[in-house]
Amino acid sequence: MTPVIATPPGTFAAAWIIARKDLAIEFRTRSAFMSAALLSLLAIVIFFFTWDATAVTPIDIAPGVMWVTFTFSGILGLHRSFGVEAQERAMDALLVAPVPREAIFLGKALANLVFVVGVQLVAIPAVALFYNLPLGDTWLALAGVMLLASVGLVCIGTLFAGITANTRMAELLLPVLALPFFVPIVLPAAQATGQLLAGRSLSDAGSWLRILLAFDLVFLYACTLAFPFTLED
Amino acid sequence: MTSSTTSATPRSRGGFDWFAVAALLAMIAAFARAIFFTPPERLQGYAQKIFYVHVPSAWIAFLAFGLTAFAGAYWLFLKDPRLDRFAESSAEVGVMFTTGVLVTGPLWGKPIWGIWWVWDARLTSTLFLWFLFLGYLVLRGAVEDRDARARYSAVVAMLGALLIPFIHLSVYLFRTQHPMPVVANPTGVQMPMVMVKTLLLSLAAFTLVYIALVRARMKLATERDALLDRAGAET
Repeated sequence: MTPVIATPPGTFAAAWIIARKDLAIEFRTRSAFMSAALLSLLAIVIFFFTWDATAVTPIDIAPGVMWVTFTFSGILGLHRSFGVEAQERAMDALLVAPVPREAIFLGKALANLVFVVGVQLVAIPAVALFYNLPLGDTWLALAGVMLLASVGLVCIGTLFAGITANTRMAELLLPVLALPFFVPIVLPAAQATGQLLAGRSLSDAGSWLRILLAFDLVFLYACTLAFPFTLED
Repeated sequence: MTSSTTSATPRSRGGFDWFAVAALLAMIAAFARAIFFTPPERLQGYAQKIFYVHVPSAWIAFLAFGLTAFAGAYWLFLKDPRLDRFAESSAEVGVMFTTGVLVTGPLWGKPIWGIWWVWDARLTSTLFLWFLFLGYLVLRGAVEDRDARARYSAVVAMLGALLIPFIHLSVYLFRTQHPMPVVANPTGVQMPMVMVKTLLLSLAAFTLVYIALVRARMKLATERDALLDRAGAET
């Protein structure tokens, strides 16, 4: 599968190879993806019954439901990202490979981004169906919000999954550490989603999108720089 | 600021901690001045007195987190175990002061605002500072290896320091209700000098108490590490 190469690949080429490897593993087993997608669908359905549908319209509650759901199903998937490397000490093989350590992070984050976006592609039509959302005109703008928010989510999630994979009670520690960092993602994303669903234009949600973009840039850079420090020398 | 990160000289066992006593006396003096020698505020009455505990606690809370992140960053380059022990101690003491902010805030909010809690930018940032501190300490407790523990916690503290402004900004846009700063206000100090002096005394006293507690906690960490090293050397 991996091509035979004479010279070590550059950072981005190596990241691409690592992302493809992770996605190939996930595509062949599909266990984590199925669980995360199923969890999203279940959460979306259960949330519907937690408020009085005659008092609050579904469209008002939908953005909150979407973003709480994506956050928790995302964490489920991200946890697996370094879990697969723990088996047979595969992480050691990655570390001795002649690639920059930033590339390991970028590759893992890219694979996780595909994973999270994939779950959203299943979950968003389900929210639209069950909560009767008018996605017709807004789907492109909504996809932009989703992508912006997912990049930030995945940066933090990937770094912290790498850290917590080496601790006791990793599956509990990851959400405890990561959730505070999801506030400046979920808050603007849910607000922007709400405004788009209410028929407002993308420019009305401008300040929320700018926060998302700033978060993405700052934390993509910071997490990529920080990741090598979380590895053993 | 970094001088306190390197002043990790473990004092002799059982020595009397004069610094802690001085800090305690300063705290008593600040409280006495706040309660007996500072007039109550015209509109808020005696409820305003909590200001002299609330604001210094908030100052220490953010200072403690900033220094924890700083010490973590320096540790990544210097690998000096004293820096990691300082980060650990500062985080633990910081949790205490952050809890103080979160308790005194609602006690003031109920009589003045009429409600215990509002989702204001500063309240929310402080609440998440508390979550970050606790997550940081839980993470430290979950890693056995000393080197790995220092590395992970340094990275989490540094990212946490980047996070707080983002939470502040996003919640600020969401809504804000906290009173505007009365001392660090761009139009000048909005408060009588007698109150400013009490606040400054209180800030100084809280800072001394912070330093005293961090020193005591670092001494404990130094002795714990020495004990672990001895146990490791014997086996």
